[in-house]
Amino acid sequence: MMGVVLTVTAVALALAAAGAIIRIARGPSLLDRVLAADVLLAILGAALCIDMAVNRHLNNLMLVVAVSVIGFIGSVTVARFVADRREQPSEP
Amino acid sequence: MNPEPNLVDAVIDAVSAVFMVVGALMSLAAAIGLLRFPDLMSRMHAATKPQVLGLFLLLASVGLQLRTWWVWPVLLVAWIFQLLTVPVSAHMVGRAGYRTKHLHKELLSKDELEAVVQKAAKAARESEADDGGNRTA
Repeated sequence: MMGVVLTVTAVALALAAAGAIIRIARGPSLLDRVLAADVLLAILGAALCIDMAVNRHLNNLMLVVAVSVIGFIGSVTVARFVADRREQPSEP
Repeated sequence: MNPEPNLVDAVIDAVSAVFMVVGALMSLAAAIGLLRFPDLMSRMHAATKPQVLGLFLLLASVGLQLRTWWVWPVLLVAWIFQLLTVPVSAHMVGRAGYRTKHLHKELLSKDELEAVVQKAAKAARESEADDGGNRTA
């Protein structure tokens, strides 16, 4: 049963990663790309969790937490800089 | 203690398998939402599914598969950390998206931020007008 689950989740996560990468490539604005990169990191964390669950180990847990930290810091930083850069030209 | 340990094992395996499949489908739903939705705000709505519910389901399946009690607090800490950071980053991205006008106003059912923005702009204009009046007088 675990083999079937692994196949189904691998296919779903691969399609999801492809969709997120398409949105990163196509995204009209920088914020869309940041959001899609955040989703891509969430998909990576999901893959690490499924690896842990199927193979019954905990080696990746710190990596999952680190991935979520990277997503948080990255999106907050980019959102901050977008707000600063787009505000400058509109000011008289 | 357990009359049928094999049955319990099978049930736990089935529950964790369902959690894993549903958690992976959350990621797929987020990707489909990213591709199909029209603007940044609705894409943000889709993007939070794997970050909160998907991670919860997958961490729960890890805990069920390991079959020990001491991993649950560790997994709970990882999930609560994600719960604390996701709203902050979503707030920052949404705020930057509103300020840079990456949204379709006609799709919003209620825009509570607009009144605040207009009030702040009016106050700024009035203070500027006062400064100009003082300078000319």
